[in-house]
Amino acid sequence: MEQVVHVALLALLVATALLIVRMRSILAVVMLSGIYSFVMAIIFLVLDAVDVAFTEAAVGAGITTVLGLMALSLTEDREKIPVHRPILPLAVVSITGALLLYAVTDMPAIGDPDAPVHGHVAPRYIKETPHAIGIPNIVTSVLADYRGYDTLGEVGVIFTAGVGIMLLLGRRSRRREEEGDK
Amino acid sequence: MREHLILRVITKFLIPFILLFGLYVQFHGDYGPGGGFQAGVIIGAGCILYGLVFGLETLRRAIPPGIVQGLVAIGLTIYAGTGFITVLMGGHFLDYARLAHDTQHGHHYGILIVELGVGITVSAVMLTIFYGFAGRGEENAGG
Repeated sequence: MEQVVHVALLALLVATALLIVRMRSILAVVMLSGIYSFVMAIIFLVLDAVDVAFTEAAVGAGITTVLGLMALSLTEDREKIPVHRPILPLAVVSITGALLLYAVTDMPAIGDPDAPVHGHVAPRYIKETPHAIGIPNIVTSVLADYRGYDTLGEVGVIFTAGVGIMLLLGRRSRRREEEGDK
Repeated sequence: MREHLILRVITKFLIPFILLFGLYVQFHGDYGPGGGFQAGVIIGAGCILYGLVFGLETLRRAIPPGIVQGLVAIGLTIYAGTGFITVLMGGHFLDYARLAHDTQHGHHYGILIVELGVGITVSAVMLTIFYGFAGRGEENAGG
């Protein structure tokens, strides 16, 4: 049963991606990428990564779509028809895709307890969390406690992005306001 | 969007639940799925929805951009500040065990405070991006 759900969701994802490539209307592309993110959120949900699904649904399907539409309102809706032939990009994408598919055969199965990634520090986190930190959600204990430095760095990245947006988009309107005052 | 009555009524009805869910994800992150980042984007998305339906000016009056800009820095300061407080209390940077007499309680408090900092910064940055883009659109419409 789970296999059927996985295949159906992934097929939906591929169909959306192909449509995004084919579409010339950017409005439709923005809406489709929202749908893509939403399907992705459902896939994360099926894979038991609920917190990632939250983020994907709120940021990918929600905020990014809104920002895309807002950017679109500043420009025109039709994508220009490219003048060059897409043979070289197609070749690059095909070769990369083939290499990735070849690499997939070497990957451990999802949830395999013997996978290398589960043999490093993860067993210690799982064993220690209940008595050392005492909270049931191990993901939170890893993110906020064991990996506190990393998360601090991530918040720093988000902070930097916010400051960048303020400087890039906020400045011009202030100058115009000043001009208006004069 | 003054003419879309159904949209306005439904949004008005939904927004308290979205914000409440955001707070739940924020403060229940150590028991259930979620945490500061997830809560931040949910609350940010809720505020953006309000701005979309009721107009940018209404949102600006409810949450002034100046305060949002301050919150971007405050969240990061809370996180880094927790680290420095643990140093002042004689531990390592972000060594939550120092925050209370009991090690487990210390870790618990530390995680709660740090996640709060993450949530504040993330939601404020989401709103900042929205204000930046929306202000741009307004400008073009006006000029």
